[in-house]
Amino acid sequence: MSNPTESPRTLVVERVFPHPPEKLWRALTESPLLAQWMLSNDFEPVVGRKFQFRADPAPNWNGVVDCEVLIVAPFQKLSYNWGVGGSESGLQWIVLWTLTPAEGGTHVRMEQSGFSPDQKAAYQGAKYGWQKFFGNLERLLEPETGGSE
Amino acid sequence: MQAAADNVFRALADPTRRAIFEELTRQGEQTVHALTRYARVSQPAVSKHLTVLKRAKLVRHRREGRETHYRAQPDALRPMVDWLDHYGAFWRDRFDRLEALLERMK
Repeated sequence: MSNPTESPRTLVVERVFPHPPEKLWRALTESPLLAQWMLSNDFEPVVGRKFQFRADPAPNWNGVVDCEVLIVAPFQKLSYNWGVGGSESGLQWIVLWTLTPAEGGTHVRMEQSGFSPDQKAAYQGAKYGWQKFFGNLERLLEPETGGSE
Repeated sequence: MQAAADNVFRALADPTRRAIFEELTRQGEQTVHALTRYARVSQPAVSKHLTVLKRAKLVRHRREGRETHYRAQPDALRPMVDWLDHYGAFWRDRFDRLEALLERMK
């Protein structure tokens, strides 16, 4: 049932749910349903719509995620950017949901990738860059290659 | 959201800075001149990028004569890795909650 095959450095989480894509789509896009499993929100499935997720505030974070809807392809793809720490920090992510019919249900893939606001136009390229970088992280951190104090 | 991770992400959000940092992790210590040749941008631009990396503690420098040498500090990536792990846990938890909701929706 549940098989997260994510690599911790690329932030991909995948699972097959024994439910049809239409039902998954509702859970992903109807604000009250979304609030039941994600976070409270004022989401609407309209490209360009700005909305917020609200979590409990944490140290150094007010709990607000500023988002804008990027892709709405019913029953297939949903994407929004994901901004934390306000505009001043400039930390932006893109969350992409992909639904694919699978035997006995729906394969759901969530990909979270990073990019900075000035790279919005070239976000595919930026996304690739980050993923490649994350892929290398493990190697970089392995038996501390440098920086012994 | 950790402030340290925030600094590291911001420092590495720029592709040129990422490239410079990766080059330093591959090649070990490099002079500003060598990095300028590698990055193919002007030396002032490289120096600016190095300053941002230095502020995030991703690189250290030492002067030798008229040259400044930079080296990567991969340990500084740790807050970023922790932060990514944290997000991984967040999403797996949300998937569990989504699964529970889908059952209730029947």
